[in-house]
Amino acid sequence: MFDLGKTRARRFLLASALVAAGGLTVVASLPAMAAEGAALPKQEWSFSGPFGKFDRAQLQRGFQVFKEVCASCHSMGLISFRNLAESGGPEFPEDAVKALAAEYEVQDGPDKDGEMFTRPALPSDRIPAPFANEQAARASNNGSLPPDLSVITKARHGGADYIYALLSGYEEAPADIELRDGMSYNAYFTGHQIAMPAPLFEDAVEYSDGTAGTVEQYAKDVAAFLTWAGEPSLEARHKMGLNVMIYLVILAGLLYAAKRRLFSSVDH
Amino acid sequence: MSSLHGESYEPQSKFMKWFESRLPVMGLLYPTAVTFPTPRNLNYFWTFGAILMVFLVIQLITGIVLAMHYTAHVAFAFESVEHIMRDVNFGWLLRYVHANGASMFFLAVYIHIFRGLYYGSYKAPREILWILGVVLLLLMMATAFMGYVLPWGQMSFWAATVITNLFSAIPLIGKEITQWMWGGFAVDNPTLNRFFSLHYLLPFMIAAVVVLHIWALHVPGNNNPLGIDVKKKQDTLPFHPYYTVKDSFALIVFFVLFAAFVFYAPNYLGHTDNYIKANPLVTPAHIVPEWYFLPFYAILRAIPDKLGGVIAMFGSIAVLFVLPWLDTSKVRSARFRPLYRQFFWILLAVCIGLGYLGSQPAEGGFVIAARILTAYYFFHFLILLPLLGFVEKPKPLPASISESVLAKSAGAAGAESKA
Repeated sequence: MFDLGKTRARRFLLASALVAAGGLTVVASLPAMAAEGAALPKQEWSFSGPFGKFDRAQLQRGFQVFKEVCASCHSMGLISFRNLAESGGPEFPEDAVKALAAEYEVQDGPDKDGEMFTRPALPSDRIPAPFANEQAARASNNGSLPPDLSVITKARHGGADYIYALLSGYEEAPADIELRDGMSYNAYFTGHQIAMPAPLFEDAVEYSDGTAGTVEQYAKDVAAFLTWAGEPSLEARHKMGLNVMIYLVILAGLLYAAKRRLFSSVDH
Repeated sequence: MSSLHGESYEPQSKFMKWFESRLPVMGLLYPTAVTFPTPRNLNYFWTFGAILMVFLVIQLITGIVLAMHYTAHVAFAFESVEHIMRDVNFGWLLRYVHANGASMFFLAVYIHIFRGLYYGSYKAPREILWILGVVLLLLMMATAFMGYVLPWGQMSFWAATVITNLFSAIPLIGKEITQWMWGGFAVDNPTLNRFFSLHYLLPFMIAAVVVLHIWALHVPGNNNPLGIDVKKKQDTLPFHPYYTVKDSFALIVFFVLFAAFVFYAPNYLGHTDNYIKANPLVTPAHIVPEWYFLPFYAILRAIPDKLGGVIAMFGSIAVLFVLPWLDTSKVRSARFRPLYRQFFWILLAVCIGLGYLGSQPAEGGFVIAARILTAYYFFHFLILLPLLGFVEKPKPLPASISESVLAKSAGAAGAESKA
């Protein structure tokens, strides 16, 4: 119907146009790869992949790091104490969560005399913030605001990998970089100058389960805990996803068989 | 010319006879949705109309329930979305279905549009059907944009700021129009409130235009991969069961992709900055829209002049309105248009290229590339298509759908008997 030479010529025309369009975009993307933080090393996480689940012991250790280190500057305003006992999370026993909440004082009121008062926190209370307001937080942190950590792993590229890299990525500033007052050098932070001083040190937190107290271990545990805090439904989601996928694949198979059978009797 | 009709409805039971004589709703639906004569040679690209209808319904249902738990106020919006994620039973599912459903909606609509471009579905007598489709695309874009603002994250706020500021490019009254849209002197609580109101309203307008779109479809009937008219009954199959089953199968396969995003990568298509609460004092390093707006964003930024960029961006959709009259070829399907077929693929590559460039910072080589591709986009519609109809020699068209189908299956049978 049409001769081969022409077809080839057309294919060539088409292919070269596609290559040109693609090439144009690739060439265009060559610059503009500076200033961002260094490439993030990927870590092994128990919760990654379609079957991923949190490691309870790791979440519990991560909470301990958060409580003893991070929480002195960072809030976690979207998490209530009760969440720590819920399934799919650290799953602390309810009594332990009750006792933990009672360690904090929260403001309540007004009472019947119109006075505000403080009382021990209940599991239904949100985890109290370390500072009363943004100004107080900045005043205590050299003018910088420690961000709330509730959804931090979803608010940064790389998620848990980024948190791990950042927390374990403090190093001496290269000689040619002059750090501004009170800043620390971190290879993974955009701009490399971070207002947060290195927060983790060898044996800074004492684990009760005998896990080694290294900076890497702390960073990994707290990154896992923050991932749960940002995505407490992760396990339920993975579990439902598997059921949905199985259902859809079987249904698709049945529908495909029905469609084949229907169309087998007609030309189409 | 009256609508194409399938066999009409004959009520069987006594009750249906009684009912039908009072409200002949089955008499309306049966010949249009059950026995409707549909070309027998439709391929899987024709399943996306049904898929889109299902996604509209999914977005409506999840959206209505999300609205029951959402608070449209700058002080509470971000937290109320997190409240949905954490405290509402299956709230995370509702939100991820709704957010990723929007992406799937656009993926399906782009496939649907490029199907129309490839097979010439916009040509006579389907011009109004096509134009209603472009109206639907615009409504979808407005709805998606305002929906993206509602979580009140950093990208929500700054996307709202960038897009509403486009209107300030209008000469003389631009500033007043922009402030009128904001309900103040910057994007703030009044803006969020009206966006929520409109985000709830527009989907119902989409549903109404969908009714018109389907109505307009049922006058000439479906186009088909051959692009030739249905001439006799043998060219068609009743819509049910043939295409209800085929569409259902395609829908479930599409659902597998949808579920993969919802359950395993629910934030992959989003931007991390939208998990940071909106802050008018901190501008994100790169403001980028959702993936489905990236080609338009690239066109907007390709033009060095603000008003020019806005005109080019809206123009890229405006050309689609007049597409039926820009394409001078009488042949619909690209199967029989050897030159157009290649330019179709180039156009698709250009659109994807623009999408990539829209995701990159507007500097250096990116801008130059975006300018070249933007120029090509308009060249395709405004110059190439009108000329192509005169230059191109189409291949001979088959006499009818049934003849072509019979020849194909005879060929297949012949090949089988040889083997």
